[in-house]
Amino acid sequence: MSIAINSKKCVGCGRCVEACPGNLIKMDGQGRAVQRHPRDCWGCTACLKACPAGAVDFFLGADIGGRGATLRLKRDKGLIHWQVARPDGTTRTVTIDPKDANRY
Amino acid sequence: MPKPNLTWKPLKTDVLIVGGGTAGCFAAAALGKTPGLSVLIAEKANIERSGCLAAGVNALNAYITPGHTPDFYVDYCTRDADGIARRDLLTSMAGRLNAVTKTLEDWGLVILKDADGHYVTRGPRNIKINGENIKPLLARAATENANVKVLNHVNITDLMIRDGRVVGAYGFSVNEPVAYAISARAVFVATGGAAGLYRPNNPGFSRHKMWYPPFNTGAGYAMGIRAGAEMTTFEMRFIALRLKDTIAPTGTIAQGVGAAQVNGKGAPYEAAYGHTTSERLYGTVSENRAGRGPCVLATQGIGEDAEKDLYKAYLNMAPSQTLRWLESGRGPDTENVEIEGTEPYIVGGHTASGYWIDDGRRTTLPGLYAGGDVAGGAPQKYVTGALAEGEIAAETILEDLAHLDFAGEDETARPDYAAYLSRPAGLIDTEQLEEAMQKVMDEYAGGISRGYQYSGAELDIAARRIADLAKLSESLSASDMDDLLRIYELTDRLTVCPVLIAHLKARKETRWHSFAENADYPEKDPAYACYINSVTRDGKTAIIKRKLR
Repeated sequence: MSIAINSKKCVGCGRCVEACPGNLIKMDGQGRAVQRHPRDCWGCTACLKACPAGAVDFFLGADIGGRGATLRLKRDKGLIHWQVARPDGTTRTVTIDPKDANRY
Repeated sequence: MPKPNLTWKPLKTDVLIVGGGTAGCFAAAALGKTPGLSVLIAEKANIERSGCLAAGVNALNAYITPGHTPDFYVDYCTRDADGIARRDLLTSMAGRLNAVTKTLEDWGLVILKDADGHYVTRGPRNIKINGENIKPLLARAATENANVKVLNHVNITDLMIRDGRVVGAYGFSVNEPVAYAISARAVFVATGGAAGLYRPNNPGFSRHKMWYPPFNTGAGYAMGIRAGAEMTTFEMRFIALRLKDTIAPTGTIAQGVGAAQVNGKGAPYEAAYGHTTSERLYGTVSENRAGRGPCVLATQGIGEDAEKDLYKAYLNMAPSQTLRWLESGRGPDTENVEIEGTEPYIVGGHTASGYWIDDGRRTTLPGLYAGGDVAGGAPQKYVTGALAEGEIAAETILEDLAHLDFAGEDETARPDYAAYLSRPAGLIDTEQLEEAMQKVMDEYAGGISRGYQYSGAELDIAARRIADLAKLSESLSASDMDDLLRIYELTDRLTVCPVLIAHLKARKETRWHSFAENADYPEKDPAYACYINSVTRDGKTAIIKRKLR
């Protein structure tokens, strides 16, 4: 259960460092965010939601069924688009309108 | 790399709130309405996404639905705890559940409504919401008034005590070499409960993929235990029934979709064990042990529309489950969803473990108030119950402040954080001790590998080994403030474990299967229709039995 921070996309704003409820992300000396304790991630995705640059990907460890796919989040016109990108290049997007309650 | 030099910073506030989670934020919002009153939230992370609600929540599970009364809820909680609950606390909490829900809606929480504008229920006590943004909404409301300030990324470790009264707290920044001595007229502890005491379901790479926040390390319990506060019902451990591997909620599928819970033979088994929270868990554990696993929620054939709605519902509170479904290409319409029990947690919002408090949420230490998961006696609080307790505590504090004043700080009583930062690293580190603690608790205090069962002789071994580990933890070394945080997270847990073990040992019966499965006493005993409480002094935990009220 962890995240991967894309250092090429990271803009160094530190919002993920601020957001992580476990204080697991720190800034490195070069103004980039790095995850200090990968095994201690809870999987809450607060960092994905805080990142303005889409630089944080979420993935599952192999011990809980991970197969190398990533989950990304994009906000657009008030909607939240969650995109699953599989290693074979296929993707699947689930769009959520925050104004809608869960049906279940 | 040279180690940082620690600077102490004294602060002063009328009310200090330790922990800006569900109860803490709501208490801050209530206290903030009093002009001129200074309120400070000290939060280990950032209140925007800290605590239990970081990822969101899928429903409000404590709500008085039409046709029911608050007493209906109190009866349900008391029955579920087989009598070991405080009706006075539950009654004052239940009376506020709907009002705090309305407040949440006013703050912007989306609640599902029917065509007539009534909330849509999910069972007799639950309503459907979109709880993805519930924590940011709470954080915004908490800081709406300028007299409420927040110290983010400050970990509080100990209470400041003067003449037997709580007059503040001590903590440190997790980022900079700064320690805080915060003087206060009243302190509200709302840190949440304790995860990570036992070896978890996924002990490897995904060791923190657990139900309860792994960052809730029992800090609030630990500071109370060290200060001699009376604690109640630690032995009523909470073990959640969850989706396998991702440890995501089951209620969304079981209650939401109405999927049956069946064993590996396809047979329903719940009725054979009973329907309390512990019985439902015990049923699944027993079926697996009897070779009738895997137990599943029978979702196969629910249809593509229902599947799509489940993808969305889980993204709003436990995104890993949706990722798991989409990554494997086998969604709930294709494949039944396996369930399992988690490792045990100590959490007063689900079971009844925590501070022994009065109806105003005063602890046994003058000047200290408790609410939410850290407060005992009132199980099944969930989100709305924690909000209610935050509000009740805030009202009590406002009344009590008339006779509570600042006391000068005794600087010699400050915790010695610098000691950890000054000594060289040894062979034993924090991570090793955490693993050792979780192994001991798992094997000798009724963890997953033992089917949640323990004996008195095993508990004695657990007590001895935990004491050894606590001793070793005193020599740990920190190279920076982040290391210091990890040391204190371990220390919190090592403070909670012996009290938990003493409580498990003291309840010589099995009243709740799995939650407290005492192999020496496998039956319920009417002699234990009482609260098991404790006070710890100088490292010794004394058990106090109190009559039900």
